[in-house]
Amino acid sequence: MSAPAIPRAVRERTLLRSLSLVIVGGLLIALITGALSSYRNLQLAYGGYYFAALAGLTVLAGLSGQISLGHGALMAVGAYTSGLLIGNEGWALVPALVAAAGVSAIIGIPLGLAASRLRGPYLAGATLAFAVGLPALADKFPSTFGGENGLTINPSMPPSWLGSNFALERWEAWIACACALIVLFVLYNLVHSGVGRSLRAVRDDEIAASLCGLHVGRNQTVAFVVSAACAGLGGGVFTVVNQLAAPGSFQVQLSLYLLAGVVIGGLGSLVGAIWGAALLVFLPNWTTDLANSFSLSTNVSHNLPLAIYGVVLIAAMLLWPSGIQGGFRSLGSWLWHRRGRRSRSPGAPADRPSAAS
Amino acid sequence: MRQTRTQALAAAALVVTALAIAACGSSSSSGGGSTSAPGVTSTSITFGSHQPLTGPAAPGYSEIAPASQAFFNYVNAHGGVFGRKIQLVYKDDAYNPTNTVNVVHQLVLQNKVFGIFEGLGTPTHTKVVGYLNAEKIPDIFVASGCPCWDNGTSQPYTFGWQPNYTIEGKILGQYIKQHFAGKKVGVLYQDDDFGQGGLAGIQDEVPASDIVAKEPYQPGVTTLAPQITAIKAAKADVLVDFTVPIYTAIGQLTSFTLKYSPQLVVSNVGIDPTTVAGLLKTISKGKASGTALIEGAISDGYLPSTADTSNPWIQLFMKVHAQYDSSAPFDGNVEYGMANAYTLVQALEAAGKNLTRQGLISAINANGSKWTGPGLVPFRYSSTVHGGYGGAEMGKIQGGKVVLFGGPLTTDPTAGSAITPFTGTQPAPPASGVPTS
Repeated sequence: MSAPAIPRAVRERTLLRSLSLVIVGGLLIALITGALSSYRNLQLAYGGYYFAALAGLTVLAGLSGQISLGHGALMAVGAYTSGLLIGNEGWALVPALVAAAGVSAIIGIPLGLAASRLRGPYLAGATLAFAVGLPALADKFPSTFGGENGLTINPSMPPSWLGSNFALERWEAWIACACALIVLFVLYNLVHSGVGRSLRAVRDDEIAASLCGLHVGRNQTVAFVVSAACAGLGGGVFTVVNQLAAPGSFQVQLSLYLLAGVVIGGLGSLVGAIWGAALLVFLPNWTTDLANSFSLSTNVSHNLPLAIYGVVLIAAMLLWPSGIQGGFRSLGSWLWHRRGRRSRSPGAPADRPSAAS
Repeated sequence: MRQTRTQALAAAALVVTALAIAACGSSSSSGGGSTSAPGVTSTSITFGSHQPLTGPAAPGYSEIAPASQAFFNYVNAHGGVFGRKIQLVYKDDAYNPTNTVNVVHQLVLQNKVFGIFEGLGTPTHTKVVGYLNAEKIPDIFVASGCPCWDNGTSQPYTFGWQPNYTIEGKILGQYIKQHFAGKKVGVLYQDDDFGQGGLAGIQDEVPASDIVAKEPYQPGVTTLAPQITAIKAAKADVLVDFTVPIYTAIGQLTSFTLKYSPQLVVSNVGIDPTTVAGLLKTISKGKASGTALIEGAISDGYLPSTADTSNPWIQLFMKVHAQYDSSAPFDGNVEYGMANAYTLVQALEAAGKNLTRQGLISAINANGSKWTGPGLVPFRYSSTVHGGYGGAEMGKIQGGKVVLFGGPLTTDPTAGSAITPFTGTQPAPPASGVPTS
């Protein structure tokens, strides 16, 4: 029932590695954002909150083997939480974001309990129902949630010690990337912890895992709650960056895009979540530009981006079923093999475990 | 490994299926660019706009920005304004506030537009007003009558253009009070500042005891059956719609199915006959053709009726339409886009050759209330009032066309303020069709 013990040395190594990864990443982002234009910084901020949600979803799917089509709605929970706390209650940024993650985690508990009893398409269906149903609550209680109009908050201005010329967009990129790095740190350590090992055991064979004394349902619920908290944090940042939480942002398409981002990025891989986030930020703009580069009648060109988006998704899934990260990984191992053969060194490296590297 | 791949494929299949089911897209058009001052060079001025090119508000409204661009093309062909050609970069926000925020940031930060012109919609544009004013970016002639644009003190960079919905509601309300005295009134309204502003105007004029039903709807819903049923159950004799065209159409089809036929009164934004007739036909899958379901509806107008082909303004717009925008039908939306564009050209002329963002704002504050143009009543612009046209004329749908009657009326949005006839005349447009300062 308890998580299998991980040797202390390994644990410390994981912690050290992830901590240094986060520090280097943070420094890089602090530097890079200074060189980027305001719009690129804004896109980086979009990428940051998408990453938080995608990383949670990819760990859920890759580590625990559960598919959620409801993560857009969990983002909405986080978004409305931080919107209400910052806008109505005057909370500061950090506690509001912590609360966003917390409230989503709490909502994730019953959802996770239900999810641990469902499999495959039934699980997808249940979470999809959540994604479809939840945004309607905003219309049901317009006095609290502002109906279709949504909630607006004032922008979180950069602190004064950064100087008066510090761009708002750069500050927003910092907030979003900081949250993304926290998510990365937590999930990386989770994946390499005893809990991660239990989850993989449950994923690979539930009967074997329960024979070993692991509680299948409890493990799956834990995975769902962690994943929900990540999505909630992403949603909280969404509100801060866009200064808006509205039902239109969290329609069912968002959940589908998130799952698409995870799958195309590389299911189960945290690096893949970065690819997925980049895709979600850039692909809509690219498809739009592409659609406009043909001079078509407005009725066609206005709807073409969605069609292109769909074609890209289908093509990517047919050509690269293990996602961008999976593609890179097999490319890497192919190159390794080639080099190995040329230098006549015997023995190929073993295939690395694919889950959540 | 095998397990993950199977899962990936399963998830992939799920996503493809689900995306195939999910409809509703987003798109935009791009272009523009700049050199030194944002959006202005010696030969060009670039404005940006967010428009519902797809989504629930697209039918009809998606014609507005292309019509404005058509009028700018006409002005550009006549030498532009101080030698500068006007470009409008309009992007789709699908009437979804989140997209509006994204698109407006993109226009300002990436396309580096001089200002936002004709940003369409109340729920959408309210989300960017704070940003535009904080960045001191001109937010000119919002395509919405929300009373919330009308605040020159707290939002000096934002200007409304069409009559404030409360003004419209008051004028419609006065007509109801005078001509349907003692009748029961039901109001169907969009649950945002648009519908609430209009409702406030109605309530200012119509006695509270006569208003038997107030039914809001959320933009994006696909049925109005609960609302119409409630209004019918309250036995309203007069149905007032503060709706965008698609909900006018859905409401009328629902009333028809419920065999409920009250006197219809619709705010100007929801009644363009060409648009509503098209929607009625599409939604009913061809069963309701023409404008029979809105015939006799009461509305109001602040521009000449598009059916009035003897009006020199309509003649001008029809000429521009035939030359630059012939793929769209000539309807109220096209007229709206051109008339709004005409006002922007007036503002740019008034701002002078050395165009700055602040200069444009000051020019509208100082001169806007004196401009004459396609509007039937004057603008209310001053340094504190940013609310657009100060009134409208009553109208009726007759033979599928808007027929205005009774002469223009003016008022202001303050509760209890009087509604007075406007006696000034409307001058014909300049011979070239291009406004001069």
